[in-house]
Amino acid sequence: MELFTIIFYVFAVLTLGSAAIVVFSKNIVHAAFALLFSFFAVAGLYVLLMADFLAITQLLIYVGGILILVIFGVMLTNRVMSVDMKSGTVQTMPAVLLSAALAGTLVGMFWSTDWRVSPQSMPPTPTANELGNMLLTSYVLPFEIASVVLLVALIGAAMIARREKKA
Amino acid sequence: MQEFIEWLKHPGLTHFLIISGVLFSLGVFAVLTRRNAIMVLMGIELILNAANVNFIAFSRYSTGTLDGQVIAIFVIILAAAEAAIALAIVLNIYQNFNTVNVDELNRLRD
Repeated sequence: MELFTIIFYVFAVLTLGSAAIVVFSKNIVHAAFALLFSFFAVAGLYVLLMADFLAITQLLIYVGGILILVIFGVMLTNRVMSVDMKSGTVQTMPAVLLSAALAGTLVGMFWSTDWRVSPQSMPPTPTANELGNMLLTSYVLPFEIASVVLLVALIGAAMIARREKKA
Repeated sequence: MQEFIEWLKHPGLTHFLIISGVLFSLGVFAVLTRRNAIMVLMGIELILNAANVNFIAFSRYSTGTLDGQVIAIFVIILAAAEAAIALAIVLNIYQNFNTVNVDELNRLRD
């Protein structure tokens, strides 16, 4: 048993187990905290795939940013003091069938396809330098558009969430 | 059977793809069944994470270049923008209607 294999299965089980808790838990706060572990384990998978910069970005933005926003949302939209933190499910049976069919199709397709895998195994190298070069050369237009999108989203979110004064 | 155990012992591209496929299906299940708008958002985040795992796995095993990782960065950027806007909308809806149940929200005005 190699170390890579053991770490891979630890993070795989953590990812899918936490995601299952997110999906099936009745308590929305438990779901939010399980989402934290799921994001964390996905960052671990990124490290195994030699994407060091992406792993840190995942931790900073998902765990540090998006998850905090989600927990804010949970706290602000549910009556925290009362017991009304439940979040039920509807249409469970059709959704189970559809999701299981989707998972079966995807896994079967991934399993049966003979993927073209490049034979050489790359040595683990830092990716931040190369990523920065690519963002400012071949991907400079999407990069600039993404910055405009972020600016618009920032202004828009502030505008929407602001409490309007009744005139 | 022996082949399958041998396959399990050497994680490669297919293993990561299967994880992302199952993660995607779990996210779709959350979007389909949950009636709380914030739970639907969590399902969407799971779906985006599954897509990212796919991009990075192919970037590592198939092409050998970093293009997949650049796309994954853009996905993360858009996910952050989406989460901020969506939660602002949800908070606004909660102030106006006092609920975040997506089945009860069928009006655009007060």
